[in-house]
Amino acid sequence: MSEEEQKKSVAFGETTDLENGEKVETNEATTAEGHSVAENGEEAPATFDPSAMKKKKKPKKEKETENGDEAPKENGEEGFDPKLLKKKRSKKAKAEEGEGDADGEFDPTKLVKKPKKSTKKKPTGDDDDFQKRLEELGLEDKKDEPAAPQTQEEVEAELAQGTGVWAQDNATPFKYSQLLKRFYINLYEDHPELSGDGRLKNYKIPPPQVAREGNKKSIFANLPEIAKKMKRNPDHIIQFIFAELGTNGSVDGAGRLVIKGRFQQKQLESVLRRYIVEYLTCGTCKSPNTTLMKENRLFFVNCNICGSRKSVSAIKTGFQAVVGKRKKQQA
Amino acid sequence: MSLENLKSFDPFAETDGGDDKKDYIHIRIQQRNGRKTLTTVQGLPKEIDPKRVLKFAKKEFATNGSIVDDPELGEVIQLQGDQRQKISELMVNSMDINRNNIKIHGF
Repeated sequence: MSEEEQKKSVAFGETTDLENGEKVETNEATTAEGHSVAENGEEAPATFDPSAMKKKKKPKKEKETENGDEAPKENGEEGFDPKLLKKKRSKKAKAEEGEGDADGEFDPTKLVKKPKKSTKKKPTGDDDDFQKRLEELGLEDKKDEPAAPQTQEEVEAELAQGTGVWAQDNATPFKYSQLLKRFYINLYEDHPELSGDGRLKNYKIPPPQVAREGNKKSIFANLPEIAKKMKRNPDHIIQFIFAELGTNGSVDGAGRLVIKGRFQQKQLESVLRRYIVEYLTCGTCKSPNTTLMKENRLFFVNCNICGSRKSVSAIKTGFQAVVGKRKKQQA
Repeated sequence: MSLENLKSFDPFAETDGGDDKKDYIHIRIQQRNGRKTLTTVQGLPKEIDPKRVLKFAKKEFATNGSIVDDPELGEVIQLQGDQRQKISELMVNSMDINRNNIKIHGF
């Protein structure tokens, strides 16, 4: 046992390893961010045409003059507006051209997606980068490189079986990355909720099964299953779906949700994703293990992991335009 | 040496959406018959004249629209078709509205 301890101390003492590990991690983080920024950057110009901006500005000038003429006819308050707006627009529009890209879009669906991507990529990407760097630096570790497992699965398998580097009689020193990996694997097995940045990646719900009923209705078949997985009242989710989609529907005998209107699976998926962000994840630790409580008309989300508590807004349908034949009858 | 995995989240930072909860601008979509849709913009700030926004949006997006006076929610802009992204871009870029105050609903 004393030998093992020595090995460990040696492995940790290798500062080069440590630095490498850190560098790789930070690189990974920046690239992930860069990627997301790039995505936003791509999106922004699509709607953000310089030519379009010019067009936008021109008509407004015209409008200003128009309004200047009209001002006497209208109320005093409205006469003020164009000027106020105009000032703000001309200044901010330019300033935001630069900022808009950097800010990116606030899109809850992306918020959920991003961490997934980055966390998924990390383990493999880290490994490769790490080994590449090792090779570049020409460290001694290169010698046992062929024996070292390449993929995450192999590492895990070796760990579980106690073979390879982890064998009792193995004399090669542990590498920092291996020990770190072992730590995270063990941590994840014993306490999944504690394992660092992998909180969101482990949260999965079955994808919504959507079928069409007739021409105008969609069926959301596995809603009860999803509700059970999320530990939420199905009614609450249904309410949210209807409010988001601006439609209505009913629940049939088998617990399936019948939604009026045509909806595809990915559309419902994005709605569910928004529901998860808004009503499921804890605001502090981002864990989805929460309960929704109602206290004198207010909804609260209590986190079962960190014990924090946040209030969430009740689901509001908001404005509903009257659509269809009934419009004429009502009016 | 800094602890990498403890840096990820600052529990004492302001939660996003903590302050600006008051006036969201809701952009919604509704399905009409067939493939047709309707975009509604609810909760425009008072200092913005919905008439002018509508007039501009109609020309810019090459679509029709109208203003509906709702007894509870005030004036609501209705546009034909799915104009959610376009109208939100317009509001952010030229009407000095923070992106965080806009909520886009629907699928």
